[in-house]
Amino acid sequence: MNIIVPIKQVPDLVEELEINSSGTDLDREWLKMKLSEFDDHALEEALLIKDDQGANITAIALASDDIDKALFAAAAKGVDKLIKVTGVTGSSTHEAAKAIASAIQDMDYDIVMTGVQAVDDRDGQLAVLLAHYLKVPHVSVVTGVEVSGSNIVVHKEYSGGMVAEFEGSTPIVLGIQAAKETPRYVPVAKVRRAMRSSTIEEVSAGEIGVDAGSTVSKMYKPQSGEGAEMIEGSAEDQASKIMEILTQKGIK
Amino acid sequence: MSNQILVVVEHLKGNIEDITFEMLGKGKEISSSTGGELVAILMGSGAEGMASQLGIADKVIYVDDANLAEYNPEAYGKTVSTIVANIQPKMVMIGNTSMGMDIAGGVSIDQNMPFIAYVSGISADGNTITSSLYGGKMNVDSSASGEGSIISVVAGSFPADAGKADGSPNVETANAPDLSNLSLQFKQLIEPESGDVDITSQEILVSVGRGIQSDENLPMAEELAAKLGGAVSCSRPIVDNKWLSKTRQVGKSGLKVKPKLYLTLGISGAPEHIEGMKDADLIIAVNTDPNAPIFDYAHYGVVQDIFDLIPALNDKL
Repeated sequence: MNIIVPIKQVPDLVEELEINSSGTDLDREWLKMKLSEFDDHALEEALLIKDDQGANITAIALASDDIDKALFAAAAKGVDKLIKVTGVTGSSTHEAAKAIASAIQDMDYDIVMTGVQAVDDRDGQLAVLLAHYLKVPHVSVVTGVEVSGSNIVVHKEYSGGMVAEFEGSTPIVLGIQAAKETPRYVPVAKVRRAMRSSTIEEVSAGEIGVDAGSTVSKMYKPQSGEGAEMIEGSAEDQASKIMEILTQKGIK
Repeated sequence: MSNQILVVVEHLKGNIEDITFEMLGKGKEISSSTGGELVAILMGSGAEGMASQLGIADKVIYVDDANLAEYNPEAYGKTVSTIVANIQPKMVMIGNTSMGMDIAGGVSIDQNMPFIAYVSGISADGNTITSSLYGGKMNVDSSASGEGSIISVVAGSFPADAGKADGSPNVETANAPDLSNLSLQFKQLIEPESGDVDITSQEILVSVGRGIQSDENLPMAEELAAKLGGAVSCSRPIVDNKWLSKTRQVGKSGLKVKPKLYLTLGISGAPEHIEGMKDADLIIAVNTDPNAPIFDYAHYGVVQDIFDLIPALNDKL
């Protein structure tokens, strides 16, 4: 069983986001990046399959500033092979999908699983675009995967907690919403060891020939609602004020 | 290229989902101002009767095939792609839903059309599209480079009532593409597990998000909920981490709630969460980040460490 997991780094939303001087993108100079949480789930689901029945896992990513760290962390968790695709200049998902498709189309793979979405995939989610470039079937919003030989059963989540079950065969591309388990934690020491013992294979993206297909005119912080009335003061003051509101509204 | 706006109808268990009416309402606004036609595409098997709920559309294209009886990513994707190739619409509107996320990107590649996702706003002429990105922390306005585009609309962005109209739209039947050799087969629908608290019937919800940090911190939120006479609900990451069961999740892939009090603890307010709770009578949001989008939707906002605020509240109750 060969599983390929495309991963990427995204801005850590815990940090304050600033807009650049052209007003069309984030100011990326001081941006703190982290592994996209859905990719973390995709990686975990692949590792669970490996734990359960054995698998050879390849993590693949587009080259970017601190992607090596993310790839080595994947290796420390149990990923067997690391690939970095170089030469992609744009940031759209269409370009990423095309580049990753070119890099893996001749590889022997059964399942490609990646995060169902990312916080910045403005021109669409990677899994479905990748599947169409590779011309293999695809399911998104996946919360369960059972593989047996070339047969695969996936659970796809709808709203309201409803789940649809589909059966198919490999090769297949899956957009993972959540792994069966919480993504495993890997200690820094183990990542450092992986840095020494693993290598990252570099592959050139070659001709891409696609882009987002749209142009950004403006990025801005939303002001969608009326805005809340802010309750100031210490935690103690704020708790008292909340109690007042609840009494006033007849809730408590 | 026609001047049509095509809305992909989403239905489950015989019910048309609200996102469809949201898109129809918005689509009508745009088609009225641009002089185009609003077309709904309805796929199913023996599902033609649903067209009577799509009265706001100028035309309904109905595609009937046994393989379309239940939603199937492959069958629905191929069918939408075929219809789009035939009518060359100016804009294709698809929900940014579990179903839409399977379909939209594929049509973009198959038909070589730009795809703009996470759409929360559209200008009257249909040319400037607003996407809600970075967990709702940034909006981005963009325009498709060529003619024609596919957009996926975040549920809750437009009023559904504006798209609800009975009537007898002109129904045109179209043939499905060849769906005889699908590699994916629908097996069954699995209902959510019951037996847990039904958060949709609770009047008071204490809702925890990523800020709760660990399942070890859940008891203090549970204590608060119990003292207020309500239950604990949560945002998606809590369920993905298996700290609470799926039955407690509010939002896009969870449940829609409308309690008397919705008290959020450490929820930043991603669009996927907002769509499930924005209609609550009273929303009080607690978060350490003063710029958290949740404060745009809350009635009262508290910038505070939840680990200081929860004990203070528990002491007073």
